[in-house]
Amino acid sequence: MYVIYILLTISIIVAIVFFISFIISVRNGQYDDVYTPSIRMLFEDELIKENKEKSSESNKTKQS
Amino acid sequence: MSESTCFHCGIDCDKTVIKFDQKTFCCNGCKTVYDIFSSNDLSCYYDLQSAPGAIPKEIQGKYDYLDTDIIAKKLIEFDGGNTQIITLYIPHIHCSSCIWILENLHKLQPAVTTSQVNFPKKTVRITFKSDAISLKEVVILLHTIGYEPYISLDDYATAKKKIDRSLLYKLGIAGFAFGNVMFLSFPEYFEVSEYWLEQYKPIFRWLMFAFSIPVVFYAAQEYFISAYKGLRSKLLNIDVPIALGILVLFLRSTAEIIFDWGTGFFDSLTGLIFFLLLGKFFQKKTYSFLSFERDYKSYFPIAVTRISIAKHKKERKEENIQIYDIKKGDRLLIRNGELIPVDAILIDGNAQIDYSFVTGESESVNKQSGDTLFAGGRQLYGAIEIEVLKSVEQSYLTQLWSNDVFNTDKSASFTNLTDIISKYFTIAILCIAIISTSYWLFTDVSKAIHVFTAVLIIACPCALALARPFALGNILRIFGKNKFYLKNADVIERLALTDTIIFDKTGTITTTITSNVTYEGMQLTPEEESLLKNTLRASNHPLSRTLYNVLAEHDILTLDEYQEYVGKGIEGKSADHTIKIGSPNFVGNEDLSKVFNTTVHVSTNDEYKGHYTFHNQYRNGVKKVFNQLFKNYQLAILSGDNEGEKEYLQKVLPENTSLIFNQKPDDKLNYIKMLQRQLKKVIMVGDGLNDAGALAQSDVGIAVSENVNVFSPACDGILDASRFDKISTYLMISKNVIKIIKSSFILSFLYNCVGLYFAVTGQLSPIIAAILMPLSSISIIVYVTILTNWIGQKVNDNHKDL
Repeated sequence: MYVIYILLTISIIVAIVFFISFIISVRNGQYDDVYTPSIRMLFEDELIKENKEKSSESNKTKQS
Repeated sequence: MSESTCFHCGIDCDKTVIKFDQKTFCCNGCKTVYDIFSSNDLSCYYDLQSAPGAIPKEIQGKYDYLDTDIIAKKLIEFDGGNTQIITLYIPHIHCSSCIWILENLHKLQPAVTTSQVNFPKKTVRITFKSDAISLKEVVILLHTIGYEPYISLDDYATAKKKIDRSLLYKLGIAGFAFGNVMFLSFPEYFEVSEYWLEQYKPIFRWLMFAFSIPVVFYAAQEYFISAYKGLRSKLLNIDVPIALGILVLFLRSTAEIIFDWGTGFFDSLTGLIFFLLLGKFFQKKTYSFLSFERDYKSYFPIAVTRISIAKHKKERKEENIQIYDIKKGDRLLIRNGELIPVDAILIDGNAQIDYSFVTGESESVNKQSGDTLFAGGRQLYGAIEIEVLKSVEQSYLTQLWSNDVFNTDKSASFTNLTDIISKYFTIAILCIAIISTSYWLFTDVSKAIHVFTAVLIIACPCALALARPFALGNILRIFGKNKFYLKNADVIERLALTDTIIFDKTGTITTTITSNVTYEGMQLTPEEESLLKNTLRASNHPLSRTLYNVLAEHDILTLDEYQEYVGKGIEGKSADHTIKIGSPNFVGNEDLSKVFNTTVHVSTNDEYKGHYTFHNQYRNGVKKVFNQLFKNYQLAILSGDNEGEKEYLQKVLPENTSLIFNQKPDDKLNYIKMLQRQLKKVIMVGDGLNDAGALAQSDVGIAVSENVNVFSPACDGILDASRFDKISTYLMISKNVIKIIKSSFILSFLYNCVGLYFAVTGQLSPIIAAILMPLSSISIIVYVTILTNWIGQKVNDNHKDL
């Protein structure tokens, strides 16, 4: 049953790793603005789409 | 009608439609912005949200002061050789398109490295290469695309504010420890006397102890500090029994594991602190885009242009100086749209001063050279030169802020409902603990100390302390959704205790946007009316604009002659008709009977016709609001204006409303002081800077604002002008919330009674505590949340009726 020591150590280490990552994320200011990133996330797609259109247009011009 | 709305800003284009790229625009400004965006592959801006833009305003040397090094340095957040970082506040940020375009600034200007928007705060943080672009150019770039940054004296004075995240840390620690301790104490809940469980008990217990140390000494430290402060000032606030409970829980649990009496109450301890902090967190709803602490500094510019005339040569030199450097006798140049920062004498130019920030009065005043101008006015047409009379701090308006009211914290002197109850609660608990301990001392000495600690543990007023923050926090959110923004949860409680409401008139119960115009005199012929309208078209005077918008449509005529006489009126000539519009003397009206309201007189072909009177336009539902309120409140109107509207107000408003006119900012403050001396609890509803003193002095100061994002003086709450008619509903809700909190107190007392039964009889085991404490806390939270949501619905119900 000494395995309990190993299991306890692992579980506490895992818990502490998550706890530290929480503290770091707070310190970096990730929780200061919880609204803008949710919108910003949606923009990336449109930017890529726009680029694709452009590249496809340039392809067309090349073909012609 | 989509044809005639502007593609860029969405405003109705009227007649002056500008067609460009198959789209319609209301003005050249909007067209230019569209042009900039579309030529830079940024037309995506219009896909995210239709018509998201703002009309760019004129710049004209407005940001010249940013070239002055000392000023720029104060604004820039980080300056590292080639890169500089600045955070700018942009009130126009309102939709996803705004975020998108501002974060793509680097496509417009390669010298901008990155830009990041904080939407709730309406700020953008721009990193740029300072060798390629100056701060001024960055600001001008933002300006030209319609995102005008708002830079005020406030940015200058305050050092970079530190964000306080300690509550988040504490909550994180308490939650983390709570979860882990719960897991570790789980085996012992079932009291299985298995061999291995017996063997590893100590390590589980000491782990729990380790987890609870940071919770007690870091996360809960506020409760100890507050309890200590309370005791020192001889107040038994709610934190006293909480701190006592936490301390006893911790000491007893530690003793239990040391002497191997049992598992201790570490699970209840960490859970208790976690729930308490959660309540604190929930109550702390902040509107980061609003500021409740504004003083004149947020209205004033950072710099002005000083004109210095060299004595020998007749050379005029213009330089930008900081506001605080203005000295008596300086000559300042105030450009179109700039604010007058100090009391001064007008030297040169056509002064048309808009005092709406100060008084809430929408109509501007005309000043002649030699007249005194007061700080806080905004110059509307062209540039003027003024000579300074007093420095910034000594000016008439800014002096108001030297009053003591601005330094006193209202919430410090306010005892909230929980603290009132906690006084009796703490005494009762201590009595019960002492009586039951002395009883056990005679019957079973071994149990006496056990019972004593158990009473203090179970009586720890967790549910009691949670009811108020959750109820008020929830109402705060409901109010916020309905555009009534409060500074903090205390305000709701103070609101519920008030019995007197004082309204400012101009700008508060009247609107600043529309004016009500009536005509008295001889009927104008259609030709005359057409001529009138066309003459007004040419004038930029605000009264002309208002009158122009009110008059019926007429064909556009070209005037043969047009002349504007500053401070007098305008004259127009077409075919064989002439028209004069303006002051009575100018038009030739000799009848000088005293009229209070603003009037514009008209004569055609030198024959007096009549005059237009501009009435204050009252907000929708003013009459309804007053009629609803006067049953329960004493009402008064304090106005800085003359008595012109007295008769009308007397007719409309309930009989016992006091109407007091000609009130200076100080008078308003003193009037409220006088009421408070009669033990009245006063709500002040105001808007302009002239109400700032009264708002600070009153028990609850509410600022009514047409545009919540931009201007409102320091106050306890900001009410969107469109919800003015809801005031009585908000007040009623805040009264009902107090009733809910009181009823939840009864519920939590019942829980305490059950707990005390176990404690007094010496049967309190960790598992009972572990069940009872979260159960009581959670049920109280659910109870107040459901009820507050239910009463909060009344705001929406009433809204549907309209």
